[in-house]
Amino acid sequence: MAVYFQKREVVVPGQLLAEGRYRPSFGTYDEGGKIYSSLMGLAELKGNTVKVVALDGVYIPKEGDLVIGIIKLVAGNNWKVDIGGPYGASLHANNALRRPYSDDISEYMDMGDVISAEVSAFDRQSGPFLSMKGRGLEVLEGGMVLEVSPAKIPRIIGRRGSMINMINDHLRIDSVVGQNGRIWIKTSDVEKLRLAIKAFRMVEAQAHTSNLTDRINKMLAEEVAKLNSSEPSEEPSAEVETVDEEEFIEADTVSEPEISEAPESEPKSEAEPEVEVVEIEEPVEEESKPEASTDVEIESEDKSEKEEVNE
Amino acid sequence: MSPEVKPDFLISPEGLRVDGRRPDELRPIELKVGVLKQANGSASIRQGKTYIIAGVYGPRELHPRHLTLNDRAYLRVTYRMATFSVPDRKRPAPSRREKEISMVIANALKPALFLEEYPKAVVDVHIIVIQADGGTRCAAINAASLALADAGIPMKSLVPAVAVGKADGTLLVDLGDEEDKYGQGDVPMAILPQTGEITLLQQDGFFTREELLEAMQMGINSCNYLHELQKDALKRVYVRNPEDGEDTFDDDLEADLGESEIMEDE
Repeated sequence: MAVYFQKREVVVPGQLLAEGRYRPSFGTYDEGGKIYSSLMGLAELKGNTVKVVALDGVYIPKEGDLVIGIIKLVAGNNWKVDIGGPYGASLHANNALRRPYSDDISEYMDMGDVISAEVSAFDRQSGPFLSMKGRGLEVLEGGMVLEVSPAKIPRIIGRRGSMINMINDHLRIDSVVGQNGRIWIKTSDVEKLRLAIKAFRMVEAQAHTSNLTDRINKMLAEEVAKLNSSEPSEEPSAEVETVDEEEFIEADTVSEPEISEAPESEPKSEAEPEVEVVEIEEPVEEESKPEASTDVEIESEDKSEKEEVNE
Repeated sequence: MSPEVKPDFLISPEGLRVDGRRPDELRPIELKVGVLKQANGSASIRQGKTYIIAGVYGPRELHPRHLTLNDRAYLRVTYRMATFSVPDRKRPAPSRREKEISMVIANALKPALFLEEYPKAVVDVHIIVIQADGGTRCAAINAASLALADAGIPMKSLVPAVAVGKADGTLLVDLGDEEDKYGQGDVPMAILPQTGEITLLQQDGFFTREELLEAMQMGINSCNYLHELQKDALKRVYVRNPEDGEDTFDDDLEADLGESEIMEDE
């Protein structure tokens, strides 16, 4: 009955994590009553469940995931869609089009088109099936697709979408974040596009560090100010919520009340106590329809959060 | 390079080896993780003059399709020696020896991996020997297991490997090229340190029963030491100063805090 790791310690495969009545979870395995890590990652203890958060890895589909796919093939009434990772997906016309539709479904979507879709079924036998029935699931036109490591997507979204909303707010871009490590970005301004890419790359590179939201916020505020000197950066620095990394992990474990703060509050300093959860409730949906698809993302996160609280 | 000559002795009168090592001493070992940008995971090893790079790609879709395994991922290991890795130019076509070593390495790594998590997919491990100076198959296993961990493939444990041999009647750990060529035998071995399972054990040359048992014990001790080096190398990738600016990270190996992903598993 003991735990052999520090909170958020980097562990390597085969490292003994705990023994006794702990429950092995993602990234761990049980052998002879002892729990070992099976991945390189950050070890976490949640209740009596031990898990390891992977630092890298490919995209493995999960039911309910929002993904960004590229159509590879039109086969009868199916589209074959590349969603990254080892498993190619298929999308049936019935799950994408309103009937009646034409026999030649390439009229609607053809090879090379980029779509946002939801994984509707996936198991070891048959392989992922997609659906485009839902809010914000559509053909994505006129943007670019940025590929990041799928393991870093939760950090890019942030807690309740804090990170992605902040980036969208600063740059006023349309973006859709797929769980498969693809980010679709649309903006008419090339400079803003560059900034967005820089921000996403920065999150990806520093995903395991803390206070990341603050730093991205600062960086973007400065760059936007530089970009547009006629429009000072006071509003972005004020409007953005600051969620610390530690809170990010902790906050989802508990049903502890979230402390709302006025939007005027300055970003918290490094020394802020770990237990405190700072979540600034603020309306984020002001964008038009593509924003809605990011919402789907956020909603699904919220959902899983609730499930956990119920446990 | 001057033509090779057989050294006068492999063990000096003082009991030291040609390169001055003690019989149970490994060559200096340098392990690096994340050396390739394109690969999902990569590692390099320098062990004496041996230099090997391993890259892991996948899990990804398996081509050709007929190799697909329905209950687990296929582990495809390719061990190759560069044409310039040995004194005489190595002909670039895959040799019989390379094919065999590829298989041997795959068999040594397979027991450590949870391949059943990725049915129908393939995990490619490409190993290139840049410079060969003895002990390449063991060095290759060391590097490949690090590269697999770097790629995020779930595994029981890292796999350290070492060769034990005999020269001038003395048992030696981690044979160099000359000891390998002119010595009396060679026992490459790989273990899973956690359980002590042996995943690779080969032998050539002559050993008495007692010698073999002692050689294996020496090998296991060295493997345990190597395992510590491997763990350090892996952890080193992530222990950096988080405060230094945005552009100081020059590879894709950074960490993350998965939120949604993990919650589904609970």
